[in-house]
Amino acid sequence: MSTPDPNQTLNSAEAVHEAQPKPAKARPGQRVDHAGAAREFLHSPVHAQSHDERVWAMRQRRDTAMETIPEWEELRDLASQIKTHALTHLDKYLEQFADNAAANGVHVHWAGDAADHNRIVHEIFTRHGVKKVIKSKSMLMEECGFRHYMEGVGIDIVETDLGERIQQLDKEDPSHVVVPAVHKMRSDVSQVFAKTLGSDPNNDDAHYLTEQQRQATRPLILDADAGMTGANFAIAETGGFVVCTNEGNADLSANVPNLHVASIGIEKIVPKLSDLGVFIRLLSRSALGSPITQYTSHFRAPKSGGEMHIVLVDNGRSKRLADERFWSSLKCIRCGACMNTCPVFRRSGGLSYGATYTGPLGLILDPSIDAYRYSNLPFASTLNGSCTNVCPVKINIHEQIFEWRQVLAEDDMIPWTKKSTLAAAGRTLASPRAYRTAIKSAHSALKHLPDWALYNKLNAWGQVRDLPEVPAEGSFHDWYRKHRMDQSESASGDSE
Amino acid sequence: MRIGLFVPCFIDAFYPQVGIATLELLERFGCAVDYPFDQTCCGQPMVNSGCHAEAAATEQLFVDNFAAYDVIVAPSGSCVHQIRDNLTAVEQTAAVQHVRANTFELVEYLHDVLKVGAFPWAKFPHKVGYHDSCNTLRNLGHGKPSELRGPDFSKPRALLEKVEGIELVSPARPDECCGFGGTFSVTEPEVSGRMGRDKIADHGRAGAEYIVSADTSCLMHQQGCAKRIGAPIRFKHIAEVLNGSAA
Repeated sequence: MSTPDPNQTLNSAEAVHEAQPKPAKARPGQRVDHAGAAREFLHSPVHAQSHDERVWAMRQRRDTAMETIPEWEELRDLASQIKTHALTHLDKYLEQFADNAAANGVHVHWAGDAADHNRIVHEIFTRHGVKKVIKSKSMLMEECGFRHYMEGVGIDIVETDLGERIQQLDKEDPSHVVVPAVHKMRSDVSQVFAKTLGSDPNNDDAHYLTEQQRQATRPLILDADAGMTGANFAIAETGGFVVCTNEGNADLSANVPNLHVASIGIEKIVPKLSDLGVFIRLLSRSALGSPITQYTSHFRAPKSGGEMHIVLVDNGRSKRLADERFWSSLKCIRCGACMNTCPVFRRSGGLSYGATYTGPLGLILDPSIDAYRYSNLPFASTLNGSCTNVCPVKINIHEQIFEWRQVLAEDDMIPWTKKSTLAAAGRTLASPRAYRTAIKSAHSALKHLPDWALYNKLNAWGQVRDLPEVPAEGSFHDWYRKHRMDQSESASGDSE
Repeated sequence: MRIGLFVPCFIDAFYPQVGIATLELLERFGCAVDYPFDQTCCGQPMVNSGCHAEAAATEQLFVDNFAAYDVIVAPSGSCVHQIRDNLTAVEQTAAVQHVRANTFELVEYLHDVLKVGAFPWAKFPHKVGYHDSCNTLRNLGHGKPSELRGPDFSKPRALLEKVEGIELVSPARPDECCGFGGTFSVTEPEVSGRMGRDKIADHGRAGAEYIVSADTSCLMHQQGCAKRIGAPIRFKHIAEVLNGSAA
């Protein structure tokens, strides 16, 4: 058996220095072109293969970790139920959390949207004369455009998560919620560090690169005026919150400067401290296949002599909570398992989504942020359902993707050509006679048209694969009439 | 009891042998099977793209064709999923509900309803990679998907194992999607094609001479990808193998 392997030709030495594909970002008012960006990514074969294999390896480690937990499916049920309970009593638990945090000596702020969040944090910084900030990875801050906002007001932000720092130095967005630079090869990182940190462009040894960034970043950490973190979980019962990292960088952000600001999405609330056991067991196993994150840090009160602020951010969450079709997306604990298992994400690279949230999770979150801009994303899925099965909190992700397609079509957010093509298909398929004629025309076209007419840019099927052959015996319908029907019987489909 | 045979549009047009094998196989087990002559499609192409309103007339035609039957059987997991779970553009009359509740995919019908114990006429002395289509596996419950923890089972494999001479081989990513995905195959051709090529390469590495599946749409896509790159792997619908197709 010698089925050609599309990956086999890609291991030559010169291929290692293939440039990183950089999809153009959609301008304001434009639709993200996922298919186009994915095509570009696939046309960088070394990156494409590496991305698929690396991300699939995380899915495999997740499976191995799952097999060590006999009660895995029960844990998923329990996590889902706790989240349902917390989200359906969110007002009560948010108040309880805020009261307890305040009693612990924390300043609590409420932000209605991204602009509120950025303004509130800016005000805190202004009051304290903050110019230099270190922060650990937070998708919420990405969602709020926080880095760009702070750049605009002259405050320096330094990422402390390695992957996120690489992305910051390369002026790119994270491509994955857990491993933000997973789309980059070591050679790409070497180029970024050479340009920004002055390291050796010909050395892409991982230890060397890590050390380069450590040496460059450590003084910035020690010198920072304020530190920022997100939170993975906020506990109503105690007013404390938990940040999970593998590099300990949240601990640096939270503990080195005297001022700690935590940005927390309102959906992060869990009722009790004891609920954490369920989520901590699921989070890292689902994400990377490790039993627990290296650092699972609990924060509850400002350090002695320091000050702690929590900004609770809505930014569209309460509106989504009110939508019965999509509210359960708020259960998401940002493990990235849906991305790791998604065959489309693995082939297209996270930057192709042109959005803060990528992969299957992004397909259901992004359109609720900007329906037009992200209207192509729910179509960047085969609806295979693997994402739903790996989700540790049992969000019906692929069903919500399907649901979003209907919402976008009804709101005229899908291209007119697509809708009119499908309307025409609907008319043909609703009429037995038109349908029979269409099959005859298709057969005739396939028999008589030359290849150049069948395989051209307008025929997306023929771009990557051959068309089926015309069966010698004609359609099943023809066969049935010939072999199974009395010639005297009339075939209504043909005589309509 | 009468069975209405649903032969989905693309099988009707391009893979009549799958419809014929399904019909003959059901008849071998003593079923009385009719083929309603005015049938076309289940509405999936439109619904899959969010255009539910545009699917309503097609769905109505489907129900008109099949409402009189006790049971409807189709050799296509994705169409059965559409009928059972998503045929909602039409008013949910008693006829619609009857059709939705009584439509079976062929493997389910053989395995769960007829509880078939043997295929004495079938011999297939080849190495076969079984392609679990996403719809049969995750939406119709043909087997245990690799993502879930629990006892392994597979209805199509249980049937194929009863075929004399067959040797089932497993790819490294046993149930990864092949990239067809309905209209996805034309809206995202590059990703779709790459997934298809990866899929057949994975089966090839496992030693498969044939890829067999309960979903002709996945096979149509994979076959098109295989022909384009000159891969010698061959394709059969499970109905053909179970009905005794030689090769």
